[in-house]
Amino acid sequence: MLDAIWILSLIGLALGGGLGWAAVRFRVQDDPLVEKIDAVLPQTQCGQCGFPGCKPYAEAIAKGEANINLCPPGGDEGIAKLAELLGVEAIPLGEGLEIKPRAIAIIDEATCIGCTLCIQACPVDCIVGAAKQMHSIVAAQCTGCELCLPPCPVDCIRMEVIPEDLHSWKWRYPVITLKQVKTEQVRR
Amino acid sequence: MKPFPHLKLFRFPGGVHPADHKDESSQTPIQTLPLLPQYRVPLSQHLGKPAVACVRVGERVLGGQLIGLADSGISAAVHAPTSGIVRAITAHPVAHPSGIKAPCIVIDSDGEDALIARTPINRADPAATLARLHDLGLAGLGGAVFPTHIKLNPGPNAHWPILILNAAECEPWITCDDRLMQEHAAEIVEGARWMAELIGAQSILIGIEDNKDAAIRALNLAITGTVVKVCPVPTLYPMGGGKQLTYALTGRVTPSGGRSTDVGVQMFNVGTVYALQRAITHGEALTRRIVTVTGAVARPGNFEVRIGTPINDLIKAAGGALASATDTLIGGPMMGFTLHDPAAPVVKMVNCVLVKDAQHFPPKPPALPCIRCGACARACPVTLQPFEMYWYAQAKDFGKAQSYNLFDCIECGCCDFVCPSHIPLVDFFRYAKGEIWAREGEKAAADQARVRHEFRDLRLEREKREKAAKHTAAKQKTVASTATTPTAEDPEAARKKAIIQAALARAAASKAEITPQNTDALPAEKMQEIAEIEARRAQLRQTVHNKFIEDDPDAPREDTQT
Repeated sequence: MLDAIWILSLIGLALGGGLGWAAVRFRVQDDPLVEKIDAVLPQTQCGQCGFPGCKPYAEAIAKGEANINLCPPGGDEGIAKLAELLGVEAIPLGEGLEIKPRAIAIIDEATCIGCTLCIQACPVDCIVGAAKQMHSIVAAQCTGCELCLPPCPVDCIRMEVIPEDLHSWKWRYPVITLKQVKTEQVRR
Repeated sequence: MKPFPHLKLFRFPGGVHPADHKDESSQTPIQTLPLLPQYRVPLSQHLGKPAVACVRVGERVLGGQLIGLADSGISAAVHAPTSGIVRAITAHPVAHPSGIKAPCIVIDSDGEDALIARTPINRADPAATLARLHDLGLAGLGGAVFPTHIKLNPGPNAHWPILILNAAECEPWITCDDRLMQEHAAEIVEGARWMAELIGAQSILIGIEDNKDAAIRALNLAITGTVVKVCPVPTLYPMGGGKQLTYALTGRVTPSGGRSTDVGVQMFNVGTVYALQRAITHGEALTRRIVTVTGAVARPGNFEVRIGTPINDLIKAAGGALASATDTLIGGPMMGFTLHDPAAPVVKMVNCVLVKDAQHFPPKPPALPCIRCGACARACPVTLQPFEMYWYAQAKDFGKAQSYNLFDCIECGCCDFVCPSHIPLVDFFRYAKGEIWAREGEKAAADQARVRHEFRDLRLEREKREKAAKHTAAKQKTVASTATTPTAEDPEAARKKAIIQAALARAAASKAEITPQNTDALPAEKMQEIAEIEARRAQLRQTVHNKFIEDDPDAPREDTQT
């Protein structure tokens, strides 16, 4: 009787200790939900959602502090993906936010005075230049966040919609063309 | 080299038998076009990156001169079709399903048609041969326009024992390869043997559909005494598909997502082989190709056309479009696309200009709902299930569509051809593929942006830390220097300081020696002024001296170095 109690308590202690050790050793540092939400967000880092980047917005969504319809670059498709991930209903984009076509920033290099303010504003470090030297945007890395526009003291940065070329063109959704039929034919 | 051991043929699944309409254009010899006043050569004619223009507007170019350099990676060069002046390098309509304009080099011909000096390629050096073929702008003329020099380089680990020449030409209406083989069989066989040498292939098979009797006869004459084998295959669309022809001739099945080279087979279109033979024997760049002009035109036939020839000029050469003509297709009726602007030039990819009329191409009846009859699955040469892929593609559920092996679809159009509901299935597959590629591109860009943003955050954090550390260090240093004298604690520092002081003293002494002595005969007030200036100087010197002594003994030395 006493042996059984001893053995069971020892087993309990061993298992409890093991679980306790595992909880510390294999602790998941980040909330995996945040990572999943962050993977869905477009990483424009534009801050239009009111958070200082995509990751903070993902954290806020995970905590339930922010709605899923605050990301204009993600668009309706992004909202649908978030809704599916979180198991909630998809909702239209938040008020005051508008979906714009994908664009990149272009610096008018003749006007640029080399103040470095845009370099400091760029969330993905894609503007090259130095103090009193001309700045230029690495187009391939630009996310089109528009964060470099407000700090520019001479307004030499403009957004340009990326035109479709032979390589970026893709087949459209097939639509069946409708033909106009005379009303008399329809009546008959 | 030994001949291919067997000639047993294999039948790929599915396939269709559309009316072939080959006789309209295959009966007359290949014609040439008169020299035109203007040619427009697009910089992007091949798979991969566009070529980079290397001529200036106003420059005179010669026929065959390099005008667009191949970009790094997968790319091909472009050449001037004739001699003349570069008029402009601007966006022009091109033969593309989108109708988007693309950069072209516009050349006004000077009527002389002078050619640039050409040197034949020395085949003894394979690496140099490949480089020359790269410079001469060779790309697959079957329609995929993949740069040829890349396909001819197996690399150290690949083994391609079989070379297949694709002469199936399974698309209805098209006869450009047929005519080419009838007229240039010997050159094609020679080019094929050189290709086999380059890639180390032991057997050379020419896969040709059995509806081309004259071409088969011509090839059989040309191959006598060589290891090349002519393999007539049954006429069954899409026999000319790379994987289908490989299977038909060898029984080797190309794995899903792979290429025929994965099963040891390399394949070239006969047009490409002819271009390679011309390139090697004459050093000739790819500036012309054979194009079939057929359908609703007065005199259908095949034409040797300079790259850059406007397609409407080509149609004019074939007697012009008939009154019944509707649209113009580039390529055949199964895989071709509608031309948006007939001013677009002929490029390396254009094998056929098919002018449609209502008799042969009645308007497609409106699409009806899918009844899941399975006709498309039975016709599919890749054994896919088009009705399932269509279902998910039209619902924009691309992941599901992809799970039905959407990317193994070769867009041959068999499913469209047999669909009793007239659903444009291939259009849906192209749409789904485009969307999936675009999403993959966006995902890659987003991942890159995430990494860059995270690195920036890290950088800002580090800079902040470094700044703070610098501040505290500076503060500590001032406290330390005022509290203790370095001489007391560090004999090494004291020794250095003594040396510096001695040096300073020496410098002062030498300066005193060379003090200008032209101030002796000056009036008293001037002397006074000079004395004041000297005093200020001495004071400044003293300040600098003090700084020397007070600072870290290493600091001034560093300063003097920099």
